Amino acid sequence: MATATKPVSQARTSRTVTVQVRVKRFQPDSGKGAYWQEFTVEADPLDRFVDVLNRIKWTQDGTLTYRRSCLHGVCGSDAMRLNGRNRLACKQLVADLGTKITAEPMLGFPVVRDLVVDMDPFFSKYEKIKPFLINDEPVPSSERLQSPEQHARFEEGTKCILCGCCTGSCPSVWANREWVGPASIVNAHRFIFDSRDRAAQDRLQILSDRTGVWRCRTIFNCSEVCPRGIPVTQLIEEVKRALVQDGPDVG
Amino acid sequence: MASNVASIGGRAYPITDHTFDVVIVGAGGAGLMAALQLPKDTSVAVISKVYPTRSHTGAAQGGVAAALGNQEEDHWKWHMFDTVKGGDYLVDQDAAEVLAREAIEAVYDLEHWGLPFNRTPDGKIDQRRFGGHTRNFGEGPVRRSCYAADRTGHMILQTMFQTAVKNQIRFFNEFLCTDLLVQENRAAGVVAYSIRDGEVHTFSAKAVIFATGGYGRAWRVTSNAMACTGDGMAIAYRRGVPLEDMEFYQFHPTGIYRVGVLLSEAARGEGAYLLNNTGERFMMRYTPTLNELAPRDIVSRSIVTEIREGRGILQTKRDGDDYVYLDVRHLGEAKIREKLPDITDFARNYLRVEPITEPVPIQPTAHYAMGGIPTDVEGRVVIDEHNTPLIGFYAAGEAACVSVHGANRLGTNSLVDLIVFGRRAGKHIARQLQANELDFAELPADAEDHTRAMISRLRAGTGETQDAIREDMRDVMMDLCGVMRTQAGLSQCKEKVAELQDRYSKVRIMDASTNFNTEMMEVIELGYVLDCAEATVAGALAREESRGGHFREDFPTRDDKRFLQHTLAYRADDGGVSELRYKPVVITEFQPKERKY
Ligand SMILES: Cc1cc2nc3c(=O)[nH]c(=O)nc-3n(C[C@H](O)[C@H](O)[C@H](O)COP(=O)(O)OP(=O)(O)OC[C@H]3O[C@@H](n4cnc5c(N)ncnc54)[C@H](O)[C@@H]3O)c2cc1C
Ligand code: FES
Repeated sequence: MATATKPVSQARTSRTVTVQVRVKRFQPDSGKGAYWQEFTVEADPLDRFVDVLNRIKWTQDGTLTYRRSCLHGVCGSDAMRLNGRNRLACKQLVADLGTKITAEPMLGFPVVRDLVVDMDPFFSKYEKIKPFLINDEPVPSSERLQSPEQHARFEEGTKCILCGCCTGSCPSVWANREWVGPASIVNAHRFIFDSRDRAAQDRLQILSDRTGVWRCRTIFNCSEVCPRGIPVTQLIEEVKRALVQDGPDVG
Repeated sequence: MASNVASIGGRAYPITDHTFDVVIVGAGGAGLMAALQLPKDTSVAVISKVYPTRSHTGAAQGGVAAALGNQEEDHWKWHMFDTVKGGDYLVDQDAAEVLAREAIEAVYDLEHWGLPFNRTPDGKIDQRRFGGHTRNFGEGPVRRSCYAADRTGHMILQTMFQTAVKNQIRFFNEFLCTDLLVQENRAAGVVAYSIRDGEVHTFSAKAVIFATGGYGRAWRVTSNAMACTGDGMAIAYRRGVPLEDMEFYQFHPTGIYRVGVLLSEAARGEGAYLLNNTGERFMMRYTPTLNELAPRDIVSRSIVTEIREGRGILQTKRDGDDYVYLDVRHLGEAKIREKLPDITDFARNYLRVEPITEPVPIQPTAHYAMGGIPTDVEGRVVIDEHNTPLIGFYAAGEAACVSVHGANRLGTNSLVDLIVFGRRAGKHIARQLQANELDFAELPADAEDHTRAMISRLRAGTGETQDAIREDMRDVMMDLCGVMRTQAGLSQCKEKVAELQDRYSKVRIMDASTNFNTEMMEVIELGYVLDCAEATVAGALAREESRGGHFREDFPTRDDKRFLQHTLAYRADDGGVSELRYKPVVITEFQPKERKY
């Protein structure tokens, strides 16, 4: 019969390295402003950064606050600024980040506490572009038909996990928090170019105003940080082109 | 909405009360599917401890099964048969029939809401093969899994969330449900703790649905998200509802070594090998016809046997910390790139292994709860072996046990379960409301007491912090209540879990804040997952047979005479399992046979 053994991650102590993590902390009920705190922790180079945060939280300081859930880059909970760049803490290994790691909340969002930002404004902007299929025609008794080519036309945008990495890395968002930001445009693109949707013009209308696509200055930060590899800037450009042509190419 | 302030132990807590026709706890596939069935004039609240799009449904990769017959002949009855056989005949066949029949309409609903399924050249939903799904009652594999690349669950979750935005459904995000209110023998509402500001809210409702997902976090190695702590199951259990068939927990054979992240069955579907330390394709010894494509429970057991007999790569003979290889090298770079992109990504990212040139270390990973809150085919929660409903209380998805998965779930059958029974629960409530069959019950004056007492107790705890309790639980569950079990191991596990419950009763939290206190949330969740573990161990110890996902080394065969029945585990008021009852399996068409592949 097996006996209880140490967690695997702890069993491999021969490989651990000492990591110094600098966290930008903020507790609204403390009366203090934001401040930096440094933690020293042993980690396996193959530990995810979120594992490191968990170890700190569970063994050193239970007040350290961040969101996380899936632990493998699909739920979008743990977007944060690591070593100056927005990433998912569960997709970065200690081996990627080095032994001196800086963690901050994403820029461009109100900070709730430590690494947790308020995502409500982000989701409100997302809702603004009508992120749902609009088609009032009667539905067939089986599926609506769509060719593989029509499907491919909008597929890239469907990968979005709404983590906010792109929006939080965009200088246009930092300059103007009213701007819808790249994530909303990616989701608008997803519907504008879906052959089953009938409301492309509505969405283009919404995106044509002061807070719409034209605030994008093609800086490419969004494409560089997207943890899902979505060519964000390209999709935004496609929406701009559709606007110029006064109507999208819905294949 | 009324707000006031109550004081307990000298501390003031603001209260917020809400009233909705229907309250749904959980915004994964099951919860959202239910929400989308309710008519516009019904007031609905969906409570979720994570933003809806962060729910674990988003992690599902493979697909959703439905006998659409888009690629080749298929029938719902074949799907039903595969489900019953896959579940080692512990499946309730009336429920399996509903699952297989209604999967078809439910998948079309998703398509109509915009789900971007992959398409056939003629524009229909594309379908592919998946383990255990066959044509003509087991003759050979069939293309039944509808999919959206390797992110079917993500697309289901996104599409439902989008449709919920369209329908203007009211969400309470980052609210942790802590209690079910039962009054006059019916569900009257729920209590929830707002993570953002620490307030306790009360929701009065005519109907409550729990769609809170699974509890993989009870084990050390798991594919499950950190939010999968069995909250709904534990809350119901604490309120006197039994938990059904908890001993049936699925270990997926191919979790990434150490981290447990899932490598989809698609790899073996495409022809991947499993190798031991001598480079042998050991599955050829265990299931010579299906080899690597045998059902999940069988492959997981074979891997553990290899490891225990010293043929794991590290040769430690300890199944918790050894591994075998998943090898795709022979498939060639082109196929690996085209068909298995996620596997390549995960292996590179989390193991720094290049699957094109190196084999990938894997170990079985705790994956899916076949058991849960007992329901009938309408999603109504039933509380005993006579299927007595608890009026107004519904459950759906992984949190529920209908039971369509019996002793072992087939791949792609969970997403079907969510959409079919989420839909059923929602529609049933809609009909009941229409017919005025459901009404508000007067809430007890002390509705929040239970939650407040729990929070005060946690704030006052003087024992150890959560870390060791949680890690010890995950260790003992992995080692003693995992892929293979024995009487001695389970007895020890039971004692350990009781001891952990005791340590938990004194647990201390470091964070005194009421503002986004995630330590408080984690500690409450730990209490829930411990309760789920307790019911699991009790069921496993009593079930002296091997069936599907439950394997007893000391009782290696299935025993239909004694155990062709569902376990119902009840909790004692002061904690611990008070009683196990048994309930017959519904058999309609397919008489139990030996499950051979
Ligand atoms: C990696 C992976 C791959 C998978 N692949 C497939 C596949 O290909 N096909 C398939 O059929 N199945 C698959 N499964 C299984 C399937 O994804 C899950 O069983 C299913 O998604 C569960 O859905 P759910 O709606 O029941 O719960 P979840 O999606 O887990 O949602 C639970 C919801 O409940 C909420 N919640 C929980 N507790 C509380 C509380 N106390 N208070 C408030 N809210 C709460 C959460 O916030 C969340 O919104 C896979 C599972 C994993 C882990
Ligand atoms: S925890 Fe889900 S994306 Fe990182």
